[in-house]
Amino acid sequence: MTNETKYNQMYPRSGRSAALSPGTTAPDFTLQSTPDQTVSLSDFRGQPIVLVFYPADWSPVCGDQVTLYNEILPEFQSLGAELVGISVDGAWCHAAFSRDRKLHFPLLADFEPKGEVARLYGVYRQGDGVSERALFVVDAEGNIHWSHVSPIGVNPGAAGILAALEDLQEKKQQNQGEQKKGEKQEKEEAVK
Amino acid sequence: MKTETSSIPASKLTVPAAGRDHIQGPIDAPMTLLEYGDYECPFCGAAYPIVKAVQQSLGDDLCFAFRNFPLTNMHPHAEHAAEAAEAAGAQARFWEMHDTLYENQTALDDKDLARYAAELGLDVPRLMSEVETGNHRGRIREDFMAGVRSGVNGTPTFFVNGVRHDAGYDYDVLIAALLETAPKHA
Repeated sequence: MTNETKYNQMYPRSGRSAALSPGTTAPDFTLQSTPDQTVSLSDFRGQPIVLVFYPADWSPVCGDQVTLYNEILPEFQSLGAELVGISVDGAWCHAAFSRDRKLHFPLLADFEPKGEVARLYGVYRQGDGVSERALFVVDAEGNIHWSHVSPIGVNPGAAGILAALEDLQEKKQQNQGEQKKGEKQEKEEAVK
Repeated sequence: MKTETSSIPASKLTVPAAGRDHIQGPIDAPMTLLEYGDYECPFCGAAYPIVKAVQQSLGDDLCFAFRNFPLTNMHPHAEHAAEAAEAAGAQARFWEMHDTLYENQTALDDKDLARYAAELGLDVPRLMSEVETGNHRGRIREDFMAGVRSGVNGTPTFFVNGVRHDAGYDYDVLIAALLETAPKHA
């Protein structure tokens, strides 16, 4: 039986959700990252962040998905971005999962009230009690730049995330270029 | 910013790239099978004899290429194993090392790698020094990122005639996919 079939049997009760779309302000949240630490979305203001919603720790596809992102983390960081995982599992469960998979990015516990952040982003599977397998790239100003909801049993990989982050970086460089041009013109006009 | 330039042309991301990839079979064979694999991954180990059987069955009609996709946090020996295969490749014996590694997946520490190099009659000090200094790390990372960009999401991932193969990798499934999607002769 493929993973996709397994997932469809395990989480049969919810249709596809309507995820927040690009251009929307990313709702702020504060969640536990360890039993004694919290992380807020606003902590990342000023740099892009990738939000990785996934159904559950330990389940097979998530394992592959977080393992993959763990390997690609240096590329995400070289594009100026950070990455966090979010599921309805509790902080102690995340701690054990993260240690087992040697993860170098935080897993946030959307645990109480259960799935509240997933609901805010429109990716909670009400009947199944878990979040969709959904990706959001939030830009430095806190707006959603790109989002993707994958079928629950399908690992979406990282090509879409990388393309979105590169797009953000290109825009930033263009803006900087225009800013410099603007400053240069101002200076020239001042000299005249 | 475009990230580091790759020696794999964009048009060759999902098919074997001549002069760059490790290939078996003619580069202009009518069918191509490209594997992204990790030497310590048990699923890749399970796929290894199947790929061999597929190659045997299709002969010169198939070009098979292998690219590295080591999941180094999960598999502590995967990176050095990949480097040993590339270092063997620098001595023109890539495939012998590739096969040895897949046939000995549970013994992949540095001592084992040196032993395999000796058994294959390679220059062991050269190979081990290349592994230790990470001479081939850049190429391995290039393989990895090419995979990520073309949608590889775990190991093994196969591309059959240039298209990601999402069905299983049983012998019958692979053979059927290769034959069904083979470009038709004019």
